[in-house]
Amino acid sequence: MSPLNHKLLRDLWRIKGQAGAIALVVAVGVSLLVMMSGMLSSLQDTRETYYERYRLAEVFAPVTRAPLNVLDQVAQISGVASVQGRITGGALVDMPGQALPVRASALSVPRYQASRLNDFYLKHGRALDPARTDEVIVLDSFAQAHDLQLDDTLSATMNGARRSFWIVGFAMAPEFLFTTAPGEFVPDDARFAVLWLNEDALAAAFDMKGAFNEALLSLERNAKPEAVLLAVDGVLDRFGGQGAYLRKDHMSDRFISEEISGLQATSVAVPPIFMGVAAFLLYIVITRMVQSEREQIGLIKAFGYSDFEVGYHYFKLVLVIAVAGAGLGCVLGLWGGRAMAGVYQSVYHFPFLVFHIEPAPLVSGVGVSVLAASAGGLFVLRRVFALTPAVAMRPPAPMDFSRSGAMNERLKSWLDQPSRMVVRRILRNPGRLFGAVLGVAVGMGLSSAQMSLMSGFDDTLDLTFGVIDRSDVSVSFFETMPAETVFDMKHLPGVVEVEPTRAVGAVLRNGRNSYRGTVSGLPANARLNRAVDKDMADIVMPETGIVLAKSLADILEIQPGEMLQVEVLQGRRPVLTVPVASIAETLLGSPSFMLMDSLNRELRERGQVSGVYLRVDSDQLPALYEALKAMPSVAGVTRREDARAAMQKLMDTGAGAMRYVMAAIAGIITFGIVYNAARIAFGEQARDLASLRVMGFTRGETAFVLLGELAVVVLLAIPLGVGIGYYLSFLIAAGFSTDLYQIPTTFRPDAFGIAALAVVLAALVSGWLVKRDIDRIDLVATLKTRE
Amino acid sequence: MSTPLNTFKTQGLTKVYGTGPAAVHALRGVDLEIPKGDIVVLLGPSGSGKSTLLNIIGGLDRASAGTAYFEDQNLTDMSDRELTRYRRDHVGFVFQFYNLMPSLTARENVELVTEIAQDPMDVDDALRLVGLGDRMDHFPAQMSGGEQQRVAIARAIAKNPTVLFCDEPTGALDSSTGRAVLHVLNDVNAKLGATVMIVTHAAATAAMAHRVIHFADGAIRTVEENAHRVSPDEIEW
Repeated sequence: MSPLNHKLLRDLWRIKGQAGAIALVVAVGVSLLVMMSGMLSSLQDTRETYYERYRLAEVFAPVTRAPLNVLDQVAQISGVASVQGRITGGALVDMPGQALPVRASALSVPRYQASRLNDFYLKHGRALDPARTDEVIVLDSFAQAHDLQLDDTLSATMNGARRSFWIVGFAMAPEFLFTTAPGEFVPDDARFAVLWLNEDALAAAFDMKGAFNEALLSLERNAKPEAVLLAVDGVLDRFGGQGAYLRKDHMSDRFISEEISGLQATSVAVPPIFMGVAAFLLYIVITRMVQSEREQIGLIKAFGYSDFEVGYHYFKLVLVIAVAGAGLGCVLGLWGGRAMAGVYQSVYHFPFLVFHIEPAPLVSGVGVSVLAASAGGLFVLRRVFALTPAVAMRPPAPMDFSRSGAMNERLKSWLDQPSRMVVRRILRNPGRLFGAVLGVAVGMGLSSAQMSLMSGFDDTLDLTFGVIDRSDVSVSFFETMPAETVFDMKHLPGVVEVEPTRAVGAVLRNGRNSYRGTVSGLPANARLNRAVDKDMADIVMPETGIVLAKSLADILEIQPGEMLQVEVLQGRRPVLTVPVASIAETLLGSPSFMLMDSLNRELRERGQVSGVYLRVDSDQLPALYEALKAMPSVAGVTRREDARAAMQKLMDTGAGAMRYVMAAIAGIITFGIVYNAARIAFGEQARDLASLRVMGFTRGETAFVLLGELAVVVLLAIPLGVGIGYYLSFLIAAGFSTDLYQIPTTFRPDAFGIAALAVVLAALVSGWLVKRDIDRIDLVATLKTRE
Repeated sequence: MSTPLNTFKTQGLTKVYGTGPAAVHALRGVDLEIPKGDIVVLLGPSGSGKSTLLNIIGGLDRASAGTAYFEDQNLTDMSDRELTRYRRDHVGFVFQFYNLMPSLTARENVELVTEIAQDPMDVDDALRLVGLGDRMDHFPAQMSGGEQQRVAIARAIAKNPTVLFCDEPTGALDSSTGRAVLHVLNDVNAKLGATVMIVTHAAATAAMAHRVIHFADGAIRTVEENAHRVSPDEIEW
């Protein structure tokens, strides 16, 4: 080994603390890169494989009731590769010991077992016996939530008739990666079931013998999806077609797509911050090293080593730190990615999710990270080149502070000498101070923005379940009911207040923009389920016109006063052209509202309701549930508290843990910067500090001189971090908000508090580590050295 | 104990660095008495133990064995905190490389000490005593070596120390500047009554001392009392 390499190793060992802190910053950046890009490709590939293996349909076409031979017509449509019909229906599952029945989707499994679309993965048990109509395969996540076993019986009410089934299997399916009850946004394994039954059983239950109510299509490779949708709608129209839609509009796929794009955004934005910080740290550390080794550099050059050889020696040091950090980051990233894959697999109900990494992007990503981090070192090489042997061999004069004295006159009156030392060091090298402040502030801003985003989810909950929906229980019906139902409901046990609603599926269209969703008809003086404006005031439903959620108005690019086309997918399927009356503030989903009477009038279905919101006396809830269970028309009963709890749980699983990860990120960046700054300050001032100790300054007083500058860094960084975090949270919230949920950007003192706390803690730890050096300072040895 | 006549008294003072065969015996049982108000010059080759002795009785280092008394206080028993207190209240140091704070002006370097001292002298007086009254607001980088050393002396004496330790105070200076510095030390001893201990290679310095201690091999060879002290001006460099 060459002597320069020996020196390299010893130098590394000497600055192991600093090198370790920098490598850690690089490692966090690279591990995030590895973890997120790996997760991204794993999720995408798993989704593709899962969809392909279980043949998830590319087009879904719900219809009221169409005879099976219509499928042949659909198959003729250009671009359609295959088509299958199935029977779907709402069901209520009566779980023993539970007051509320659980909503379920019942799906038919065709008698033939050929390669059918929307197949499922049978996790346990066996396939349905085609000869029997009393067997059921249950969605695995629901079975787990309720601890169901094979051979248990399950009691379900379909179309008003209650029947018992044997559970023969548990299954997962690509169309239920994310399981939400129809009309809900919050996935809850326990509150929504999927039942696969033999076709005959469902045909009998829903009166669909020889018919289907959902067509599933796969497309040819070069098919034009939009054209297919139009053609399918044309065929199914007279059978009550409710509008065909593509896979990407399927709720389950939409959720996972949103997750993927969120990951993509984060993986692009976050790692560069760490690389920037690492580059800054390497810059100041190597600068200091070159400065303190100027005599050695001069000597080595005097021996005949070239500028390049000496420069490369110092650059190698940078490379070793960056590469070691990147290596550690890869390991951490793989490990974290595996752990994250486990979380994703359970949240998204994949039967398999293999965390894997594409080698090419990984190698280039890590390479770029290493180079970016090393860039800081490149700047220092100039200094190495500039040192001539003669200059380098001369000891440096005492650091000249005469120019930083300008401000003193004003400060002098209230600064003691140690404070003046702190202030003059800062004034002498403001660039370094600024870099450190900026680095800490960006780290803190990043984590506080992420955390305030997570707190923003809480606002979503409060607005959705506290302001907009003020009911206790909502009830939906299988079919629309006459308004008299409302009056009947008033007599149910415990019901204090009843409010009807009429929801219809519709496609909203404004020019090229369209959105498939639900229009909610609200009564004129809605109290339990309302639309509110951005000041949380009631929006009075206009006689004509539609009220859109802000997110929906953004998707449709439409302003109040403009005309919107509403293609209703139910009943006589009218196409309405209505003015946009106003914009409502919602954070969950992208709903639209009309006056219920106006909606019914357009549908020519006067006085029809599809559900009711109830305010109830909580003491009487069990009696109310019993009564609702006995009503065959009831499709679902949702308690507001359950929906909120499910939402909360969803937020907490991933996001709750993220909060700590984000705090750790702020801590690591701060630690990296403050620790390195402290080490460098210590290196530069070791002799001064020793002199202070000799003069009789206590350790605490000496530490003040050393750590005062760092306290200034932290004190300046925290308010700057708040500012950066505030603006970052807008950017991130905009990136995360979708039509499924919107995240409000609000100033969350708690988020900034936690991030600031992490910064202060990291600063204290680094301060403590360096203060130990003061305690250990060898007074005698330090005083004997020249510099 | 009545008012002690000695500033320092050591008995069997021993300092060993390292252990086993690699152990270095820097002091081998030194017995010594330094009377109050003396100028003491410690002479001897490198590694003879003179700096080690200075460091131990200056409260910078700890003895391996033996005792060292400052007046009636046992230095070898003191905690770290007590040693700091001792240096703060009683001891002034002057070093070969000055050890000024580069970020403080001459006056501020002196104030650094007067701010924490119990009974400091006036800063201007201290600087005038070393002949630097007109350079008070200069930073170390703007001063010559001799000027820097004089600031260091001003800083050391400004607290009105009981004892002044000087480790090679003229080692980095030319002869005329060195002589001027010794002059200052002589004045401080005469005017303030501080005990002054000077470690040096320059044997000629001994001529100004009350007492000269010769070191060799970690032990005291001889202690001479100087009956005919000369002024620093007359010292042959």
